[in-house]
Amino acid sequence: MTPIQYYTALSAILFTIGALGVLTRRNAIIVFMSVELMLNSANLAFVAFARSFQSISGQVFVFFVMAVAAAEVAVGLALIVAIFRTKHNINIDQINSLRG
Amino acid sequence: MFFEEAVSSGPQFFNLAPWIVFFPVIGLLFNMFFGGRILERSRAGEKIVGGIASLAAGLSFLVSVLLAISLNGHPEGMVVPLADWINIGDLNIRWAFQVDTLSVTMMLVVSGVGTLIHIYAIGYMHEDVRHNGDPSRFRRFFVFMNLFIAAMMILVSGDNYMMLFVGWEGVGLCSYLLIGFWYEKGKDGIGNALAAKKAMVTNRIGDFGFLLAAFTIFWTFGTFEFHTIFEKAPEIAATNPGALLFITICLLIGVTGKSAQLPLYVWLPDAMAGPTPVSALIHAATMVTAGVYLVARSAEIYVLVPTAQFWVTLVGSVTALFAATIAVGQFDIKKVLAYSTISQLGFMVAAVGMGAFVAGMFHLVTHAFFKALLFLSSGSVIQGMERGHHHVEHDPKLKKQLKGHAHDFDPQDMRNMGGLRERMKTTYWVYLIGAIALAGIPPLAGFWSKDEILADASKEFSWAYILLTLAAIFTAFYMTRQILMVFFGKARTLAAEHAEESPLIVTAPLMILAVLSFFGGLINLPFDGFHQFAHWLEHTLGEYAHAGEFILPVALLSTALALISVALGWWLYNARRYEEFWAIPAARRPDDPLRAYIGPIYEALKNKYWVDELYWAVFLNPYIDLSRFLADVIDWRFWHDWFHDKVIMGGYNLLTRLLAIRIDLGGIDAAANGLAVLTQRIADRLRQVQTGYVRNYALSIFVGVVIILGYLLLR
Repeated sequence: MTPIQYYTALSAILFTIGALGVLTRRNAIIVFMSVELMLNSANLAFVAFARSFQSISGQVFVFFVMAVAAAEVAVGLALIVAIFRTKHNINIDQINSLRG
Repeated sequence: MFFEEAVSSGPQFFNLAPWIVFFPVIGLLFNMFFGGRILERSRAGEKIVGGIASLAAGLSFLVSVLLAISLNGHPEGMVVPLADWINIGDLNIRWAFQVDTLSVTMMLVVSGVGTLIHIYAIGYMHEDVRHNGDPSRFRRFFVFMNLFIAAMMILVSGDNYMMLFVGWEGVGLCSYLLIGFWYEKGKDGIGNALAAKKAMVTNRIGDFGFLLAAFTIFWTFGTFEFHTIFEKAPEIAATNPGALLFITICLLIGVTGKSAQLPLYVWLPDAMAGPTPVSALIHAATMVTAGVYLVARSAEIYVLVPTAQFWVTLVGSVTALFAATIAVGQFDIKKVLAYSTISQLGFMVAAVGMGAFVAGMFHLVTHAFFKALLFLSSGSVIQGMERGHHHVEHDPKLKKQLKGHAHDFDPQDMRNMGGLRERMKTTYWVYLIGAIALAGIPPLAGFWSKDEILADASKEFSWAYILLTLAAIFTAFYMTRQILMVFFGKARTLAAEHAEESPLIVTAPLMILAVLSFFGGLINLPFDGFHQFAHWLEHTLGEYAHAGEFILPVALLSTALALISVALGWWLYNARRYEEFWAIPAARRPDDPLRAYIGPIYEALKNKYWVDELYWAVFLNPYIDLSRFLADVIDWRFWHDWFHDKVIMGGYNLLTRLLAIRIDLGGIDAAANGLAVLTQRIADRLRQVQTGYVRNYALSIFVGVVIILGYLLLR
């Protein structure tokens, strides 16, 4: 059986790639994809630990995360479409209407 | 009470006693509420209003007569309680009517003479209100007169000193109201009001003495009721003579105020500003005798304090002489009578002071008759003159002879009169009777009463006897002078020449009073078997009511002196001589023939010994200066300008400024504003964080998570 360390390492790598993607990319779609990557890295860690500890809770939690992610994507994409309609652009560095 | 065992004989009407007060009160209430309407609507309105007032006084007289009849059968009298007044701890005062021979004597005089004066006033005021130009005041006059009768009845019938005091103040109020009846008239338009004020203030000084006496009475005796006080008095005289002396002397101060004795007599001459019926009723016959009644009522206290008796006698006899001399120098017909009244009151006060209570009360009664008569007749004379003046002014032929000074014509100045004997026959005769009675010439009333006082004085108080005899000489002299100046000789003015006699309603009461003045002495002739009045008062005054004896030398001397004095007056003022005197051109003519003989003394008499001026200099001006000082310096400058404006207002302003600017603006507002500014500044800083760039937020969340995780892992 593959040791738990591999899974967590892979999960950490995926999370780091996602986080860097969120912080560095300007395209909203890409940022979204990076967020999904971070979520899924967390999912991977959940599943890995669930199997390692023979506990169902982690696997159940993954389903919750997937459901929330799906809802988030639905709302997020709708927002991006709405922003694109008004600004013809989805570069997040040019969207700062909520500036204080 | 204590007379159940008394032998019951004759009718009893004692329970009617309160009606002597109720009747006049009903009369005054009726006239107060309906009199105005009656005057407006009915042509006989004045007769109805005056008639009701006279009826009220007359019914009061009727009740007094019934009480007198009751007293014939039950001479010990009765106290008729009406209601409780004050009940506080030991202080129990009730409204109760003391019906005894002394009080009923006063009731008869007050209501009897009062009724006659009411009737007279119907005729007198009819002209007076028109002469003074306000007929609507007719009703007010009679309301005040009835109020006076009611108050005077309370005064004489109370069975305690407090009820007496209520009446005492009530008559003082009526006196004030009636002196100032024509309050907008008189010298400078305020003369009458000032006279009323003077009477009020002078009487207040006397009342102060009365009140002190009343307080001391309660303190010493624990009650105000006469019979308890008189029962305890001998006991107190033994244990606490000082209290009794204080009470009697303070009562004397009250007497000097109300009965116009030295040194408080000054208000009475000025009180002549009131209409003449008022002068007759209040300032001659009744109210001013209240002081005499007070001393007679308190007889049982006074006989225990010889010092007080001495002082009362002294005040009375000195006043008698003092005022009689002043009367010689007066030209106003009513002023002469006013000083004569003061002088005669002095006789009465001296009499009750020396313990001759019967003589004092006797003189009070006869004086009420002849002095009321004289005053009312002088009113008739004055209105006769006014009628004559009116006639002259409305006759174009006569008016030409009038030399310009039609408006300052004084109908009361005796120098403007003369020869009225022909024009006003009835008035002349009744005046003559009054004057002879006053002068003390037998057999008229005044002789008997005055002689009784002189006889009593001659026995123990020789100095008082001398003073009173001198006063009697002056009395005969000034009355002769007045009669001659007013009624004899030729008319000295057109008004006097055309004077008209008064109507019957005015002269009828005069005739009744003249009869009373003539025969009034019969109630107490100083011969055995004729002392009815003394025996009558004996039931109240007991042993202190001694019948006067007839001392022939005294009577002869006083009659002789009076006749000499009349002769002297005749010699100085007889018609021929006075006409010669009057013929001298006005510029060189002195004001009175007497001046040629006694020059400067006459000046003193004419100016009333400058007593008013003295009072002004000694009391009034310093008092006014003090008031002005208090008002200007203390109140206005110190209190208002300095203390109020500077200290209180300035201090308050300073404090408000401090509170407003330093505390409120500088502290509270600044704190609130500072908080707002601080919040604003912090908010400005924090706004910078809110860039609106998603990546910034993401970075901060990332960094935050790293820090928190780092902390959790590394702690």
